[in-house]
Amino acid sequence: MSAALPPSGFNARGVAAIYRFEMARFLRTLWQSLATPVLTTALYLLVFGAAIGSRMSQIDGVSYGAFIVPGLIMLTILTESLNNASFGIYMPKFTGTIYEILSAPVSAFEIVLGYVGAAATKSVVLGLVILATASLLVPIEIRHPLPMLAFLVLVSVSFSLFGFILGVWANSFERLQFVPMLIITPLTFLGGAFYSIDMLPGEWRTVSLFNPVFYLISGFRWTFHGTAEVGVWISLATTLLFALVCLALVAWIFRTGYRLKS
Amino acid sequence: MNPIISISKLTKTYASGLQALKAVDLEIRVGEIFALLGPNGAGKTTLISTVCGIVTPSSGTVSVGGHDIARDFRAARRLIGLVPQELHTDMFETVWSTVAFSRGLFGLAPDAAHLERVLRDLSLWERRKDRIMHLSGGMKRRVLIAKALAHEPRVLFLDEPTAGVDVELRQDMWALVRRLRETGVTVILTTHYIEEAEEMADRIGVINHGELIVVEEKARLMRQLGQKQLIVHLQDPMTEVPPALAEWKLSLGAQGTELEFTFNSAEDDDARIPRLLRRMHELGIGFRDLQTRQSSLEDIFVSLVRRPRVQPAAARAQA
Ligand SMILES: Nc1ncnc2c1ncn2[C@@H]1O[C@H](COP(=O)(O)OP(=O)(O)OP(=O)(O)O)[C@@H](O)[C@H]1O
Ligand SMILES: [Mg+2]
Repeated sequence: MSAALPPSGFNARGVAAIYRFEMARFLRTLWQSLATPVLTTALYLLVFGAAIGSRMSQIDGVSYGAFIVPGLIMLTILTESLNNASFGIYMPKFTGTIYEILSAPVSAFEIVLGYVGAAATKSVVLGLVILATASLLVPIEIRHPLPMLAFLVLVSVSFSLFGFILGVWANSFERLQFVPMLIITPLTFLGGAFYSIDMLPGEWRTVSLFNPVFYLISGFRWTFHGTAEVGVWISLATTLLFALVCLALVAWIFRTGYRLKS
Repeated sequence: MNPIISISKLTKTYASGLQALKAVDLEIRVGEIFALLGPNGAGKTTLISTVCGIVTPSSGTVSVGGHDIARDFRAARRLIGLVPQELHTDMFETVWSTVAFSRGLFGLAPDAAHLERVLRDLSLWERRKDRIMHLSGGMKRRVLIAKALAHEPRVLFLDEPTAGVDVELRQDMWALVRRLRETGVTVILTTHYIEEAEEMADRIGVINHGELIVVEEKARLMRQLGQKQLIVHLQDPMTEVPPALAEWKLSLGAQGTELEFTFNSAEDDDARIPRLLRRMHELGIGFRDLQTRQSSLEDIFVSLVRRPRVQPAAARAQA
């Protein structure tokens, strides 16, 4: 057995191995992964869009049904990115198989690239599937398709990074569920997924401005309708800032070995 | 020849304050089989995990194939295959996909022929399409070995590879270790079955309370520390050892029917036994039978580990 040693430097095969492993995990549960968000979206659009929306006036010149589509996509993207990325790194920690990742010639950056890349890929695909589902139910016009895609990718990556951190931090399944359920879902609902904050009374508008998810939804909505509560650059800056904070945390995790190594 | 692994002043203190490794120095030679022995909690797994990059050392340095495990981690880790003590496996993966994963993770190009060889060597080939969760415990351990061999390591760590394994698998495993050694792979193993170390190892290290107390060639260790006993089965029982035999510090056993002479095969002069027998003959002490017993590695091990420690660890009282 004489191992032909690969050149040192970036371990692309290692990244691909982790990425494929994670994608295989998603494919094993493909139908659950797709059915839940698609069904939820259809239900939201049916209840809010058709039943309630028919009694509401248009918002910013679009029908209520079309207005809530970006928020619905965001809701799914945020929770799915968190769930998938956190589960992806939590499971090896839980079962002990992480020993292999930790003892392999892969750098922290490569590990993150594999796990976060796979989780973000799944989120982007889900987002597009939901968009397709929604377009069957309500008329949708996308003013800025490329920025829409870019936003989708950026948010998926940011929240997959956040999910990775969550998965490293969590030491029980309860904790793993805690953040998506008790923090992200409320923030998304309160961040204007189903309404424009312009509809809120003054003080609540101010409160909303402290909700980071509000900026994500607002920016994403802009790519659809061309209008938003705050400028698109502010939204973009907030999203990038969030991604940078997550990146810094991930760097810290690997430098200190926090909850990965003893 | 340069050592394949060199460990220098390695210490590890866990967050709990427990000092699991105390300034360990160790060099592993290329191509040898090194057995690490020690009681539960001695620090064997900690030592292995530190070399493999799973545990961060508190101080000290380790290099593998001349590559520092921190500065040059890629080159160092590529050389190492690790079979952990616990059966950590993915449930839903198939045997083939988990082995292919390991090879990719270590940055090597796919090589179906190599993986097939490894799986056949471990009698896993027929099970390659099975999900790991459907395998028995012994099969899962084979899978872990296959994963470690998938990337053609030059150094293989086996952390208690035969714990909870049946006789057949144990023998397969040792056959595999011998084959690996023939291809120049260095093997470091821990075991609680001392006969195994006795049979397999070239050198033996004994670790206790985080300190390496002995590192020695197996044969030398057994010679140096090997107590031998000569038991003389007497024709007529006696009540006390005759003063004329005081020189040999004999003890009387089995209701006065056996005389026991304990000697050290390395230190004692070879002529002492013939002299004892001649003397007994002169004194008219008849015997029916003679028997010698050499201490096994197990005896040596137990005596080493039980030996009073130089510094009683006051710190451990707090841990
Ligand atoms: N992650 C950890 N945090 C704190 N203490 C630990 C940790 N891992 C091991 N220890 C402690 O370090 C000491 C050495 O443990 P280690 O697992 O290295 O022993 P070992 O020689 O492999 O034992 P065994 O034969 O039981 O496998 C033990 O006292 C153990 O309790
Ligand atoms: Mg152990």
